Amino acid sequence: MHYIFDFSWVWDYGPVILKGLFVTVELTLVGAVAGVLLGILCAWIRTLGPEMLRPPVAAYVELIRNTPFMIQLFFIFFGLPSVGVQLSELQAANLAMIINLGAYSCEIIRAGIEATPKGQFEAGAALALRPLQTFRLVILVPALQRIWPALSSQIVIVMLGSAVVSQIAAEDVTFAANFIQSRTFRAFEAYMLSTAIYLLFAIALRQLLNQMGRWIFPKVAAR
Amino acid sequence: MSDFTTWDILRNLLLATRWTLVLSLTSFIGGGIVGLAILFLRIGKSPLGRHFARCYVELFQGTPLLMQLFLAFFGLGLFGIDVPAWLAAGVALICWTAAFLVEIWRGCVESIPKGQWEAGQSLALNHVQQMRLIILPQALRIAIPPTAGFSVQVIKGTALTSIIGFVELSKAGTIVTNATFQPFVVYGFVALIYFAVCFPLSKFSKHLERRAAAAYATR
Repeated sequence: MHYIFDFSWVWDYGPVILKGLFVTVELTLVGAVAGVLLGILCAWIRTLGPEMLRPPVAAYVELIRNTPFMIQLFFIFFGLPSVGVQLSELQAANLAMIINLGAYSCEIIRAGIEATPKGQFEAGAALALRPLQTFRLVILVPALQRIWPALSSQIVIVMLGSAVVSQIAAEDVTFAANFIQSRTFRAFEAYMLSTAIYLLFAIALRQLLNQMGRWIFPKVAAR
Repeated sequence: MSDFTTWDILRNLLLATRWTLVLSLTSFIGGGIVGLAILFLRIGKSPLGRHFARCYVELFQGTPLLMQLFLAFFGLGLFGIDVPAWLAAGVALICWTAAFLVEIWRGCVESIPKGQWEAGQSLALNHVQQMRLIILPQALRIAIPPTAGFSVQVIKGTALTSIIGFVELSKAGTIVTNATFQPFVVYGFVALIYFAVCFPLSKFSKHLERRAAAAYATR
């Protein structure tokens, strides 16, 4: 193996990489917040919500969980314009990530809700709370607390999955690496650098979510 | 331009599905073998081995599969090999699958009560014998449902190999789209084919899980 590593291009392409990192962070942030909210809504429908809505939500969850993220992204970006829905690369990437995380987090949160002792519902009713109030005030928070680790790993998985959005020319970290390797012909180095960035971001994100868990559910730390 | 019927589209996609299945099966079996080897390091006695296994898992679970594919594709080339896409795809997917299986299986091994190890020890079995005769047979039963569930992730993971040029279902979808200009129909079909493969597997793994839970409850 006679290969000389060359990272001298890094300084020239710093802004490109930073911009890529910014896009990846933005996609992760929007995807995580909106995705989890969608997941909570779907989990509510599947456990306590109107029966009529349950089959369509179940179909959505199964369809998303059993198809690759890349195909969902391509369907949204390339497929939807032919039925009149035209989205920019970033909009499509955001939408795909929200829809994807929504389905996975629905199942995770549902498991948390289903593990709620029956007494909790009865306690809510005994305090004359309406069903929705019981859900919001009594059921949801302990359920989220129960499944927070699983939800955190799913958010990290979705973040790593976002590397694919470079394929529809959303300018994330992977896109930056592709761009650099096409200019410098230093493919291996460019991908090594971007892989390192993803690894550090994944570790940081996991730490952040752990901290957030401790902050949102202070009882966990106290126990 | 020639016209494509729906059947033409579907036929081409189904033909390419074979390669998705072959690659999934290869990755799953290869990943299982590599995963087992790393599992033994992970739960073994050598601190160096345990550390290596931990780093391996962290590295492959903490980076995008797409990056691993790129690095395999361009990295193997550094050794002067002419890397065909299927080779890079196979290598990357096997390493990636192994990392996840190690963690799944480690959980299963660790869920075996410590008394079982001690019982083996009191029968004068050595570490390998304890593992082979007492722990693994029990861990295997627990491991089957989550392993079957993970196979779905492997199948979905193979979709990314289209990006380094391996022609499987997703790549065929792109090729057919470029020929027919009907992305809505083509990617719709592609999604349905993945669903048709993955959904029964998901259901099967759920079924196994429920059966295992029931067996555990009646004990």
